[in-house]
Amino acid sequence: MNIDFRNSIRVAVAGLALTALSASVLAQSKPWHDIGRDATPAEVKAWDIDVRPDFKGLPAGAGSVQLGEEVWMAKCSSCHGDFGESNEVFTPIIGGTTKKDIETGRVAALVEGAPSTAPQKTTMMKVATVSTLWDYINRAMPWNAPKSLKADEVYGVVAYLLSLAEVVPGDFVLSDKNIAEVQKRMPNRNGMVFYEPMWKVNGKGDVQNVACMKDCPTEMKIRSSLPDFARDAHGNILEQNRVIGPVRGADTTKPAPKGPVGSAPAPKAVVVAAAAGGAADVKAKLASNACTACHGVTNKIVGPGFNEIAAKHKGKTDLVSYLAGKIKSGGSGVYGAVPMPPQPQVSDADAKAIAEWIAGGAK
Amino acid sequence: MSRDLSDVIGRVLPAPENHLSAEHLEQARKARRSFMGKALAMGAGVAASATAATRAVAAEGEDAILKLPEHTTGLGLPVVTDGYGKPSKWEANLQRRQSPGLTRVNQASVSFTPLQGLFGIITPSGLHFERHHQGWWDIDPSKHRLMVNGLVKRERVFTMDDLMRLPSVSRIHFIECGANTATEWGNVAVPTVQYTHGMISCSEFTGVLLSTLLEMCGIDKKKAKYVLAEGADGSSMTRTIDIERAMDDVIVAWGMNGEMLRPENGYPLRLVVPGIQGVSWVKYLRRIEVGDEKYATKDEAVHYIDHMPDGTHRQYTGIQECKSVITTPSAGQTLLDKGFYNVTGLAWSGRGAIKRVDVSVDGGRNWRTARLEGPVLPKAMTRFNIDWVWDGKPAILQSRAIDSTGYVQPKINQLRAVRGTRSVYHQNAIQSWLVSENGEVSNVQVY
Repeated sequence: MNIDFRNSIRVAVAGLALTALSASVLAQSKPWHDIGRDATPAEVKAWDIDVRPDFKGLPAGAGSVQLGEEVWMAKCSSCHGDFGESNEVFTPIIGGTTKKDIETGRVAALVEGAPSTAPQKTTMMKVATVSTLWDYINRAMPWNAPKSLKADEVYGVVAYLLSLAEVVPGDFVLSDKNIAEVQKRMPNRNGMVFYEPMWKVNGKGDVQNVACMKDCPTEMKIRSSLPDFARDAHGNILEQNRVIGPVRGADTTKPAPKGPVGSAPAPKAVVVAAAAGGAADVKAKLASNACTACHGVTNKIVGPGFNEIAAKHKGKTDLVSYLAGKIKSGGSGVYGAVPMPPQPQVSDADAKAIAEWIAGGAK
Repeated sequence: MSRDLSDVIGRVLPAPENHLSAEHLEQARKARRSFMGKALAMGAGVAASATAATRAVAAEGEDAILKLPEHTTGLGLPVVTDGYGKPSKWEANLQRRQSPGLTRVNQASVSFTPLQGLFGIITPSGLHFERHHQGWWDIDPSKHRLMVNGLVKRERVFTMDDLMRLPSVSRIHFIECGANTATEWGNVAVPTVQYTHGMISCSEFTGVLLSTLLEMCGIDKKKAKYVLAEGADGSSMTRTIDIERAMDDVIVAWGMNGEMLRPENGYPLRLVVPGIQGVSWVKYLRRIEVGDEKYATKDEAVHYIDHMPDGTHRQYTGIQECKSVITTPSAGQTLLDKGFYNVTGLAWSGRGAIKRVDVSVDGGRNWRTARLEGPVLPKAMTRFNIDWVWDGKPAILQSRAIDSTGYVQPKINQLRAVRGTRSVYHQNAIQSWLVSENGEVSNVQVY
C-alpha cells in the first residue's frame, strides 16, 4: 500500500510540474509521459561509448604500435595469434590484403574467381571503417574482460593491427587527430554497398521466383546431397526425433537400409537426452550449491567423493530421503572425523535431486 | 543411458481383420502364440515378417488395451510435484543442439531449434534457438536500466518497474538469424531441418513500443534518422535500426510466451525488431541512442553483410525475406510405411504476412497449394499442411511461400545467379527433401 501511495503522490507532483511547464496536454492525453527519470551527464558518459564512422564519440587519446603490441601479446594473442592471423579460436583478423588494395580501397581477393590471398576472409579484408575496429575492441575486448582497456591502449591495439596489415608503419602513433587520415588507407574502404531494398521493410527483393504450378522448369537432378561419411556427423538422428508419430529419426549409427520401406525393421524408438540433461542439471546444482568445493564426483576432497557415498549405501532402503536429510542437516562420523556442516541454502527440491543422483550411482 | 522404448511404444498397423485372408489370419495366430506376451507389444522394431503377427494382435486386441497399465490402476502424482512443469520424459529427444564444428567457442556459438518435432507456430521458450556473442547472463532485473540518449529533448533512464508500468503490446513475431540456412549456400552440409533452418523461433512478445519511449523522451523528429540499440552484456551488441522501423512496430520487450524472457534470450529486456534478422533484436538491452548517421558496428560492418560476386559487400541488409520449409517429413526422418502423410511445415516473411504456400512432391515440376492454418499474422511464422499419399517411390518434397507483397520464394540457383556462392547470410531458397524408397528422408539440392 505504501508503494501505491508514493506513486500517486509522484504522479500528482509530476502533473503539477507539467502544468507549470504548459505541457499539461501531454500529461492528460499520455498520462505515462513522465515515467522514468532524466539521465545524469555522468551516466550518459558511462554508457555512451559508441564510435561512429565520422568519429563522433571517439575519446581523445593516442597509442603507438609498440604499446599496442605489448597489450596484444599480454591479452589478445592467446586467442588471435601473435600476428592476428590465427584461425584456432576465432576467424583471422589479419591477412589477404595487399598494398594495391590500400591504394584502391577495394580488396581484390573478394571478387569471385580472383586468386585467393588468404585461407578465408579475414576481418581486415572486409572492414571498411577504422571506427568499427576501435569501437568493437573498446566495447567487447578482451574476450573475458571486456571494457577493461584504457582509451590509449585501444588506440595502440588498433595501431598494431593496422601495422600488421601494412596500413600504417611500425613506428606509427594512432590518435584521435590522425585517425581520419588512416581511414583513407583502409584496404576495403570502398568495398561496401548500401542496398536499400534489403534495409527497408517495404523494399523489393533482388531475387524473384515465379509461382508456376504445372510442368514447371526443373532439372529434377540431385545436385548435392550429404556424403555418406557425414551420416552421423551430427550424432544419431534417431535420438533427435520424437518416439511417436508418423515418422522416426533415422538411425545414423548404421548405414541406410537397402530395401524398400518395410523390408527391414524400422528404427527402434529411444529416448536419450533425458538422462544426459538430468545429470547436467544435477552437476549445475552441485556447483551452484558449493557442494563441489568439498566433494568430487569420483574423488575425495574434504568430504567423500559422490561415488564413494553411492557405493557405501548401495541398496539401502529410503536412501534418497536419508541422503537428502544429510545434505540439509549435515552429519559426522560416517566418513571420518571431519563433520559436514548443515546446508540450509540447498532447497528441498535440489537436495532431493542431488540425493536421487547419488543414489543412482553418481554418474 | 539410452533406453529402448520399442517395448513401450507400439506402433499398431491399422489393419482391420477383414482385410486379411483366412490364411494370413491363421499364420498370424500361430505367430501370436509363439511370441505370446512379448510380441503383443512389439512396435517400431518389428520386422516386416512379423507384420502379420502385429495385425493379428490388432485383430485379437492388444495388451495396451486388454492389460490395464499401472497408470490406470494406481495412484498418480500429486499437484506441485514440480513447481515449474517440464515436458514429458518421453519428449527428451527434442533439444536445442549445436552443429558440431560450426563454432569453436561455446560462448560465441549457436544452438538450433528442433523444428522437426514442433507443432503450430509458437516455439516453446525452452527450445528457442540461442545465439550468444560473448556468453549469456541471468541479470538481476531490479538493477537493470534502459537509457535513451542522443537526439532527444530529455535523455532518460528507465527501471524495469518504469517500463512495465507503460502501455504494453503483445504480438507474435518470428526471429530468424541472418545466417539461418547459411550452410546450404554451396552444397548440402547438414543432415536435418534442425541444422538447416533451426535458427528461427516464433513467440508472443510483450513490451512497450519503442515509439512510445522515443516520444516520451522528445525525439527530434527532424534530425533523427537512425537509432542504435546496445546490450548490457560483455559484447554490448550494437546494431543500427532505421527510424521508420523504430517508430513503427519495434518493441522493447520483457515478456515471451506469457512469462518473462528466458535469460538465454535476453532477460529482462530485449529489442524485438519484426521482420529484421535476429542480431538486431539486441538482448539485455541497456541503451537506445537516437542519431543521424549509421553506426557501422562490428556486426553490421564485418559480419551480417552479403558478399556479392563483384567483391563488394552489401551492408545493412537486415530483412528476412519470404521463406518456408517442410518440417515433417524432413531430412533425417524415416517414413515407416507407404500411404497417407500430412506434410507440414512453416512459412514466414519479414515483409508481411504469408499469402500462399505451394508444395511439390516431384522436385518442383508440379505444385499444389497447401492449407494455411490460422492465425496468419504479419512477420510471424505460419503453419501449412497438405495431404500426400506416398506410393513408396522416390519423391522430392519442396515448399514455396508467397508473401503479401507477391514475392515468391526463390530457388537456390536463382539466389546464386545474383549473389554468387561466397555469401553467408540471407539464404531463403526453396529446400528439397528426398524421400528414398527405404523410407529415409535426406537433405538434397534440386532446382
